[in-house]
Amino acid sequence: MLEFITKLFSRNSGSKNIAKERLRLVLVHDRTSISPQLLETLKNEMIQVISKYMEIDESALEVNLDSSGNTVALVANIPIKGMKRAAVSSK
Amino acid sequence: MGEVIVVTSGKGGVGKTTTTANIGAGLASMGKKVVLVDADIGLRNLDVVLGLENRIVYDIVDVTSGNCRLRQALIKDKRLEGLHLLPAAQTKDKTAVSPDQMRELCTELKKDFDYIIIDCPAGIEQGFRNAVAGADKAIVVTTPEVSAVRDADRIIGLLEAAELRDPKLIINRIRPKMVRQGDMMSIDDIIDILAVDLIGIIPEDDMIVITTNRGEPVVLDLGSRSGLAYRNINRRILGEDVPLMSIEEDGFFRRLRKIIGLS
Repeated sequence: MLEFITKLFSRNSGSKNIAKERLRLVLVHDRTSISPQLLETLKNEMIQVISKYMEIDESALEVNLDSSGNTVALVANIPIKGMKRAAVSSK
Repeated sequence: MGEVIVVTSGKGGVGKTTTTANIGAGLASMGKKVVLVDADIGLRNLDVVLGLENRIVYDIVDVTSGNCRLRQALIKDKRLEGLHLLPAAQTKDKTAVSPDQMRELCTELKKDFDYIIIDCPAGIEQGFRNAVAGADKAIVVTTPEVSAVRDADRIIGLLEAAELRDPKLIINRIRPKMVRQGDMMSIDDIIDILAVDLIGIIPEDDMIVITTNRGEPVVLDLGSRSGLAYRNINRRILGEDVPLMSIEEDGFFRRLRKIIGLS
């Protein structure tokens, strides 16, 4: 009964979802042995390569590892500001 | 020909030694011939959990280094016919035994016992490699905490690398109330994350502390929930199909909640 009342008034319940989410993320890195630093390096190199062809929003760029079931995916979200037409045609 | 089962976890303090003792004592009480091997050299504890600390003469290092014969080092339990302990050495370290020596030891023990249960030390270093060297099967113990589950995941990977596939999981110290409130990961949450088969769950229980204080495995205590949980695990090890126990204690409020439809 007390449980029910505390549940009504507390906003802190459900911390297990935080635990699950954090675990999921850390395990993706553990299992693939890809460290956050390595991912950061990868991200910077991707910026260099893609910047040759298009203008991208570097601050909004996201590169993450995602897992669903037994498969792991590298998910990159790269907002484009504009194409570099001049650079391509001058070559 | 016996079967060698290693009980491991990665993280310390999740209940490996308690689990080893209760599986061993339980299987022995069901008429099996069991030997428990304490592979935690330097941090010997299985002896005190079993209440056999005063009877140690020789230890595992004495056996592997040829100081005594295997028979001399085995301690026979007085309460349970069929239960034996091969204690760890307390004054040596993990390097005092090699994986090859462990393999040889397991082969030797398999001739005389139905089950050889190895209590693995915490960590992933040589102690772990020694403990898994001679094993046929593995049981991974975890608790519903992020650190323990993370380490369990690492251990499952390392077991696979050591050719020990399909380890079975024990989730220890579940607190039903917290799970109900959404403040502790549930059995399904953990299975979902680790993707291994479950062999049992143990609810948090004061009787574990009380029985360990006395040096008597809780599995022999017929009134406790953790004892029942361990007995169920032992029946599953023997191949029986036992349904998972409810983690709920049937108290007054529990029944009330059922009546008013809150759970």
